[in-house]
Amino acid sequence: MTAKMADRIATVLFVLIALIIVLLLAGLLGYILVKGLAVINWKFITTPPKFMQAGGGVGPQLYNSIYLLILTTIITTPVGMGAGIYLAEYAKPGRLTHFLRTSIEILSSLPSIVVGLFGLLLFVNYTGWGYTLMGGALALSIFNLPLMVRITEDAISAVPREQKEAALALGLTHWTTITKVLIPSALPGIITGTILASGRVFGEAAALLYTSGMSTPALDFSNWNPFSPDSPLNPFRPGETLAVNIWKINSEGLVPDVKEIASGASALLVLAILAFNLLARALGSFLYRKMTSVK
Amino acid sequence: MEDKVQGIDLTKKRGSIVFFDKLGFSLTFISAIILIITTASIYIFVASKGFATFFVNGVNIIDFLTGTEWNPLRTAEEGGPLYGTFPFIFGSFAVTFMAALISAPLGIGAAVFMTEIAPSWGQKILQPVIELLVGIPSVVYGFIGLTLVVPFIRNYVGGLGFGLLAGTIVLAVMILPTITSISVDTLRAVPREMKEGSYALGATRWQTIYRILFRASIPGFITAVVFGMARAFGEALAVQMVLGNAPLIPKDLVSPASTITSIITINMGHTVSGSAENNVLWSLALLLLAMSALFIFVIRMIAKRRRFTS
Repeated sequence: MTAKMADRIATVLFVLIALIIVLLLAGLLGYILVKGLAVINWKFITTPPKFMQAGGGVGPQLYNSIYLLILTTIITTPVGMGAGIYLAEYAKPGRLTHFLRTSIEILSSLPSIVVGLFGLLLFVNYTGWGYTLMGGALALSIFNLPLMVRITEDAISAVPREQKEAALALGLTHWTTITKVLIPSALPGIITGTILASGRVFGEAAALLYTSGMSTPALDFSNWNPFSPDSPLNPFRPGETLAVNIWKINSEGLVPDVKEIASGASALLVLAILAFNLLARALGSFLYRKMTSVK
Repeated sequence: MEDKVQGIDLTKKRGSIVFFDKLGFSLTFISAIILIITTASIYIFVASKGFATFFVNGVNIIDFLTGTEWNPLRTAEEGGPLYGTFPFIFGSFAVTFMAALISAPLGIGAAVFMTEIAPSWGQKILQPVIELLVGIPSVVYGFIGLTLVVPFIRNYVGGLGFGLLAGTIVLAVMILPTITSISVDTLRAVPREMKEGSYALGATRWQTIYRILFRASIPGFITAVVFGMARAFGEALAVQMVLGNAPLIPKDLVSPASTITSIITINMGHTVSGSAENNVLWSLALLLLAMSALFIFVIRMIAKRRRFTS
């Protein structure tokens, strides 16, 4: 076989591989959306699930997913940004920094089920809360923090050196430089990254099975007192998310229309993640245009 | 006098500026410390629970790792409960390696396509495809495995459909984006001059790819595959949904099997905290932690030996 022949064969092979992957995604998305969109309607996304009979919805689960995402973001953002700023601006090469980087590496490669078990031990048993959304949010924060740190550090390190030096030369303190110069320029990157990370949080289930639990109490959506046990706003009540629900109904098999509900919930999850991706891109470029002079 | 400008006492103002400067530093420092404490406490908590199996419940660690029989409910008359976890360990390694075997050539191939074959439009198409594949939640992969892969295997390969083969296929798709994106970074880091030198000598594209690019990128490819394997090893729900969950070493690829993660997922909910059976599950979680640390260690060892890193 001549070198040219081999070259052609190899090229065809690489094109085939690329084609397989594109078709794989198209097939997956097509399958999820076609199956799921047939199920999704207003009733499906607003009514609670039914036990032992068909026709239930995923209203509370969808609500819990969104609420949990908000709680997680509130916990993750300050700590993640703080540590990211520390790494980008203050950390000096040394044992502590090395230790911190190792910790982040370990955290980011933890299997999510282990994070869930740790949450079970600390936020469910040790605190005595039982299964709560707060416990779930804390577990998800552990899972989300390393990503948030990396996003912030990268975004701040990407700000041109001259901007920082100009601010310092004007006599601003290091902290003022960070809050008034570095963070505003890094914000588009941070926000884009945060939204992308949200997609991961939104679809996570393994860390939640044993922290926020696999059930939701009957919620009274007219009760907005966060301390009342049937209020949707109460963070100290159990609450299963969409992703947990997909797993639960499939492994229990108690509902006759498992396939339909799981298809619908899968499609909702995938649509939400598509929306997060598009939103991240759009908002990122919008903020970038707004905060810099690029037209 | 100079300390007062427009009625503002500059000494006071300077004091508060210095205070905020220190406060800002302290806040970021505390955040960093929170991360370290979290990591340390995960290890301490899981280890203290995981070791209880051996020190409190008196399970022999060798029996635990190599025993092939899992029967926690066996009564005392029959000889007491058996905690052999080898079937799960075997299952975890089997699906992880087989998934890597399928996914590595596809992922590396896709990376070559994106960087060498069609850098302009190939990149534009495959990049979002890879990002979306990462974005699909693992339970959705599990659900698709359950409704598509398992029946397919049952009808065309044989067996019940549940088993290592189904688990492997689901995991292979899940780790594909990881392997692809790290491989792309690796290929991009190969110095341009090396490639151009090869072309200038009259080598074809394929010769350049496998003689120059592949050789320079091997450590990076290994890193990519190890990252993928780390993800596969720790994945719980998607695998559990398609594996069939029988606590024994399967005789073939299409019989029900279990992994470390799947047995934890199923049993953690209905065992009593503090009981021997519950503690054994924690020991398995500790094993997962140890494996994830081992994967990091391997990646670091490779990184030390890498020559062409960005």
